Amino acid sequence: MKQHQIAIKIEDLVAGYGKTVILENLNFEVFKGEIFVIIGGSGCGKSTLLKHMIGLLPPVSGKVIILGKDLASATSTAKNSILQNIGVAFQSGALFGSMTVMENIKLPLMEFTRLPDSAIENIVQMKLQLVGLEKSAYLMPGELSGGMKKRAALARAMALDPSIIFLDEPSAGLDPVTSAELDYLIKDLASSLGITFVIVTHELASIDAISDRIIMLEKTTKGIIATGTPDQLKQDKQNPHVYNFFNRNHSNPNTDKGKK
Amino acid sequence: MGCPCCKKRKEKNHLTLSADTIVTPVSFSISKDPEACTVHLLGRLDANGAAHLWQTLPTQISKQRTADTLILDLEHLDYLDTAGTVFLFHLKTAGESSGFKQVLMDHLKPEYTAMIELAKTARQTDRKTLQPSDLSFVETRGEKLSVFMAETKEFITYIGEITWALMTSVRHPGSIRWADTFLVAERAGVNALGIVALISFIVGLVMAFQAAIPMQMFGAELYVANLIGIAMVRELGPLMTAIVLAGRSASAFAAEIGTMRINEEIDALTVMGLDPVRFLIVPRIIASTIITPLLTIFSNLVGILGGALVITSMGYPIISYYNQIVSFVEWNDFMGGLLKSFVFGILIAATGCIRGYQTQSGPSAVGISTTRAVVTSIVLIAVFDGIFSIMYYFLGI
Repeated sequence: MKQHQIAIKIEDLVAGYGKTVILENLNFEVFKGEIFVIIGGSGCGKSTLLKHMIGLLPPVSGKVIILGKDLASATSTAKNSILQNIGVAFQSGALFGSMTVMENIKLPLMEFTRLPDSAIENIVQMKLQLVGLEKSAYLMPGELSGGMKKRAALARAMALDPSIIFLDEPSAGLDPVTSAELDYLIKDLASSLGITFVIVTHELASIDAISDRIIMLEKTTKGIIATGTPDQLKQDKQNPHVYNFFNRNHSNPNTDKGKK
Repeated sequence: MGCPCCKKRKEKNHLTLSADTIVTPVSFSISKDPEACTVHLLGRLDANGAAHLWQTLPTQISKQRTADTLILDLEHLDYLDTAGTVFLFHLKTAGESSGFKQVLMDHLKPEYTAMIELAKTARQTDRKTLQPSDLSFVETRGEKLSVFMAETKEFITYIGEITWALMTSVRHPGSIRWADTFLVAERAGVNALGIVALISFIVGLVMAFQAAIPMQMFGAELYVANLIGIAMVRELGPLMTAIVLAGRSASAFAAEIGTMRINEEIDALTVMGLDPVRFLIVPRIIASTIITPLLTIFSNLVGILGGALVITSMGYPIISYYNQIVSFVEWNDFMGGLLKSFVFGILIAATGCIRGYQTQSGPSAVGISTTRAVVTSIVLIAVFDGIFSIMYYFLGI
């Protein structure tokens, strides 16, 4: 069972760019070893929140505490050591196009460890094996399909054996089979290696398959409108936004409009 | 001092990641009995720990070989990650090569078995077969040649397409996207006035200075005006302008069109039934052919002014400089220079657009296209300048 140790703690976070506030009054915790999913409609600030959580955007106010350290006020050395403990796979994969898949995953290992080259290659091979890309080590990112790129990005995010991995829309643009494979992989990694996952997505099937806990963000209220397990949220008939999201409705459930 | 245990403690301290990361760094002890030699690993075996023990532990193991079996005792290992697993297999290989008949892993915690299994399968993958084989010298030359031929063919095809589109546009001026054309003319022309002025002024000034020194020996400083006039109008005005535009606008065209190519915007245009050549390339070429001669006239003027500064500073009145130039430089010289710049304008825009159009995929593709656009346009400018010189020589212009 989950140990309920806190991996990430968000305190009174106001998220946004400069003076533009997108989300406010955010308070939640992510526990170690769980798959934590952030959902919400398009434009509600999911990716912005993720950027705050990985330190790409400074908080407008409030705190993001990762592995016990406040990211915004940490010294650059402390920040670097936190960043080495987290892995991020961006929506597009963000693989370096001028390097092979192998070199992409090698890069953080070469920069942050003093392991000999042969050991690094073995590690990379293990990561590739894990995501099922062992035969594609010497291909360029341009030669990979969408699903392969996402898996390669995941392998790169895992290169330094981080304790937390952030994924931005891992299954967007993938076919249902590839998407299900990726879900299975994430679940497997969380249970076998105890990695904490923070995933931004709006794929219902994915949310159902992998999430331990969910928070739902909403544009008009600029905050979290629901928290809980997938089952809890699915049964929530009180909140029209949550209901509509899980039932693919386009209007208030209290009216008949939008229902077939 | 020099005490082995102090030394060991130092080594341990060295392994701590940083003050704010709570870790028990990896350490080891070796126990021996007649049947087996056991390496006890303690603490956190991660990338740093593995890197630290990578050389030392195998050496220790080979020195301590008293039995046939090597046991890696993992009971007190608090943490094991991928790097640690790779290290365990490294120890296994090292043990086997230093003469141990068997190497065993003992007290392996259940949570680590998945990792060990993964390492085993990963080690079985033969990486050599996956690596792309290197081509021989002849093959690479051949490939380069065939790529060059194909690209040249493509270049010629595009020139044909552009010519056709330009002809059609001339017949139907209404089909030209004038708004775009003026926008490009402003960005590539009006905004380039500053840099063209700077370069031309300096060229005129420097040339006048350099020429004035030998001319002074003959008391013929005023004839510097003739030199500046003819050189600027016939050669340097068009050439300098063209080179500035190649660096400034050919690269911009290639980058714009290249990015559109990567974002599938060109495909979108084609699918909508809009000819990308007419839509994107024709406005740029028209704009460029209008602004290059205009910029050249401006460049001529500023270059001549640069020369004037030198001559007046030598004590000659500006009117003498003016009279010298007007009496020496003929309309033919001026028109010859303009005709050249007109052709350079077409060359710059067409090269920029074609190189952009040829952009492949990948993040460096736009960079490559931009570089090639600048290089190709400068080469073409040089070649055509040569052709014009020969032509004008025979025509007596």
